Amino acid sequence: MNVFHFLLQNHEEVLELTLEHLWLVGVSTLFAVVIGIPLGILSAHWPVWNKPVLGTANIIQTIPSLALFGFLLPVPWIGARADRLAILALTLYALLPVIRNTYTGIREVDPSVMEAGRGMGMTGWQLLLQVELPLASSVILSGVRVAVVVSVGLATIAAAIGAGGLGEFIFRGLAMVNNQLIFAGAIPAAALALTADFGLGWLERRLQPR
Amino acid sequence: MEPDFPNGPVIQFRDVVYTLPNGQPLLHGLNLKVERGETLILLGRSGSGKTTTLKLINRLLTPSAGEVRVKGANTQASDVIRLRRSIGYVIQDAGLFPHFTVERNIGLVPRIEGWQEERIHARVEELLQMVGLDSQMASRYPHQLSGGQRQRVGVARALAADPAILLMDEPFGALDAITRDQLQREFLLLQRRLNKTVVFVTHDLHEALLLGSRIALMEAGRLVTVLSPQDFLRSSDPIAAAYVRAFGEGLGSVANRGTS
Repeated sequence: MNVFHFLLQNHEEVLELTLEHLWLVGVSTLFAVVIGIPLGILSAHWPVWNKPVLGTANIIQTIPSLALFGFLLPVPWIGARADRLAILALTLYALLPVIRNTYTGIREVDPSVMEAGRGMGMTGWQLLLQVELPLASSVILSGVRVAVVVSVGLATIAAAIGAGGLGEFIFRGLAMVNNQLIFAGAIPAAALALTADFGLGWLERRLQPR
Repeated sequence: MEPDFPNGPVIQFRDVVYTLPNGQPLLHGLNLKVERGETLILLGRSGSGKTTTLKLINRLLTPSAGEVRVKGANTQASDVIRLRRSIGYVIQDAGLFPHFTVERNIGLVPRIEGWQEERIHARVEELLQMVGLDSQMASRYPHQLSGGQRQRVGVARALAADPAILLMDEPFGALDAITRDQLQREFLLLQRRLNKTVVFVTHDLHEALLLGSRIALMEAGRLVTVLSPQDFLRSSDPIAAAYVRAFGEGLGSVANRGTS
């Protein structure tokens, strides 16, 4: 029985695990965007914040994922449910590319454009919403794209703590020394990553100024 | 927009000192008056303090000591957003928003001032015509325009809310000689019609003589002298004389073509 046979025969479970996987990635990416973009703006505008914010995000990135799941396990409300734990961990990992690209995108806005805007009497908010964020949008989106692709891969490990997702197949396959099961998890996960990469890459090019 | 300002200089610098946060002084006690309707040229080399002087007027910079008065009011006591919206600002590479069409670029200040859509649209049409651009240009993006066209849009944008004061920082500096010459001539015609109070920064003596009613010569953060274009050519001041020498013979023929 080959992998595709298996996927077809177990399509209900495949679908369920894929949806779980998407849920973990989607929610954590959303959190990372909601937290990461303001932090990126903060560090781009006030250099004092730059080092602590990017430094912390960098350090989080270096923690091995299994270890991070372990660290978060005793945290009260979070540790109580595996999916909460997984979402928090994935959010933490996704923060760095979002923060860094928001920071870079804003810093790369042509200073003469900003000065013209300021000189004409635009307020800080108007400059942020009408000039900086629109001009940085494609760079920010490319950070989100990196975050999503990395999260799709990382989320397979979330199955180790019982959070579900396509990692279920992989861990089951590892335990049973069954390569087909491993592929049954890995192939849909890779397909998800490629689809997200392609789709967000397309959006990114559409947003590119000029 | 604010015609209720009494007579007197429109812009006045009183003992203005500007020092960078690192302690490096850029302006040492500047005193200068700009009268209504004149085109005052700030002429000087790079690092002479002319752009610093300009940015002190719309408070992109604030004086370390002394005061700048615009229409009689100390700029530091004024609402900075209101102050800037009442002053047109044109910079070298136009500083147009690359993600805005020509229409949105020109209509920027009216829009943030809350004008009605139809009024903005009509004003943009009027301004495009004023700066010699076809109304078809309205839907283009800055990167689809030539350097000269971009600069025209920059001027139109600065004039949008009909400010009494116009600050221009080497607006024609990045253009080729022929386009520059054309825009300078059109600027003269426009200025004759609109009678704005203009402060114009340049390092080009030819441009200064052509466009200025008075020339303020700056050097190393100090005002050397303020002279009319004719007097500038005859000046015995060593720095002014050095400028005239450097720009060569025959400049007398273009001197003050613009003022009558």
